Amino acid sequence: MSQSYNRGLIEDFGRWREFSAGMWAWVFHKFTGWVLVGYLFTHIAVLSTALQSPDAYTTTIQSLESLLVVRILEVGLLSVAVFHILNGLRLLFVDLGVGLEAQDKSFYASLLLTGAIAVASVPTFLAGVFG
Amino acid sequence: MSTQLPDQTEDESSAGEAEPTSAAQERRMAKKRERAAERDEKRQAEEAEAALADEETYHLKVFRYDPEIEGKKEPRFDDFHVPYHKGMTVLDALMYARDTYDSSLTFRHSCRQAVCGSDAMFVNGRQRLCCKTQLSDLEEPVRIEPLPHAEVVKDLVVDMEHFYDQMEAVEPYFQTNDLPDGELEEQRQSRENREKVKMSTRCIWCGACMSSCNIAAGDNEYLGPAAINKAYRFTMDEREGEDMKQQRLEILEQEHGVWRCQTQFSCTEVCPKDIPLTEHIQELKREAVKNNLKFW
Repeated sequence: MSQSYNRGLIEDFGRWREFSAGMWAWVFHKFTGWVLVGYLFTHIAVLSTALQSPDAYTTTIQSLESLLVVRILEVGLLSVAVFHILNGLRLLFVDLGVGLEAQDKSFYASLLLTGAIAVASVPTFLAGVFG
Repeated sequence: MSTQLPDQTEDESSAGEAEPTSAAQERRMAKKRERAAERDEKRQAEEAEAALADEETYHLKVFRYDPEIEGKKEPRFDDFHVPYHKGMTVLDALMYARDTYDSSLTFRHSCRQAVCGSDAMFVNGRQRLCCKTQLSDLEEPVRIEPLPHAEVVKDLVVDMEHFYDQMEAVEPYFQTNDLPDGELEEQRQSRENREKVKMSTRCIWCGACMSSCNIAAGDNEYLGPAAINKAYRFTMDEREGEDMKQQRLEILEQEHGVWRCQTQFSCTEVCPKDIPLTEHIQELKREAVKNNLKFW
């Protein structure tokens, strides 16, 4: 019988260039999911400063919001969340068996919409940071 | 589909051997064979020349590996330049390469018309059935590898045993408890029901979907798209009756059954028979939920 050996790139994610829409959707959904889980911890950490005093919370938020990195990360967070929501809706339809022939198109649509929303959010998130 | 003509030189020599032999006749036969061989050689030379003169060749990069021979144990890629003719499939090109350049090149093939399902391979980064893949649809060099996520036995041949085990695990045959009354009565299927299972009956067990499935690669116990599709074909068949459906759903709703599918659509993408595999798996998931959640 055959001997087992590692065929390397044939069998791992090194093949990402050949992924099709459904596979990309899955990869992005996993990725954004983990990012959101990670964000949850920082979210709780920042919110729990309010337990000390209202002032502590205000100063924390103000100092965070004065950083350019945080502002940019917020745009990233929004696009991650939006993609996860839109693709989640797509998966809901897939689970219901609706429009499975258009699953690739709905993935592209959610990508486009995510991009549009991210771009539209830039003025709001970056307002005053350069001023 | 394959359009290559079968070689006809073999009948001549075998017909010669069957005849009764006298010395004179034997001499004549020997001469005849010689001439045939000469003719063959000439034809081959001409063909090779024509191929060289003709610019239309396709460049194949073929995965080679033979664990039994020293010096071939290290996987490598061999290059073949195959003369192209209109309508040539990847399988035709492989057969030409094997017949003309290297008779040790090993791959499975049988019917050459996308029915037997033995020549699924990984061509240019995608699981395809070689006999229904036109060379003209592919970019050069055409890279041919054995199916991923399966053990390679030799060259392009992979071990299909696990795939067949999974297929058999779902009991891929018709079984029923409610037989018709009369002994000669037929078990008729309604047209609507036939339409429902129609696509799922087209499976040829080529294993392309299983090989493309990311989940099946990581979870050896996962039934895989082909097996679930097979189960769909019988679960949805109304003639099998309620108890049988229950029994089939019990197999499917286990941990490594339908729930492993994460709707990546890779299987649907690669299926050479265009079976909507993901759709079938999703429908079985809904059946399984309906079967277990009863609020009414």
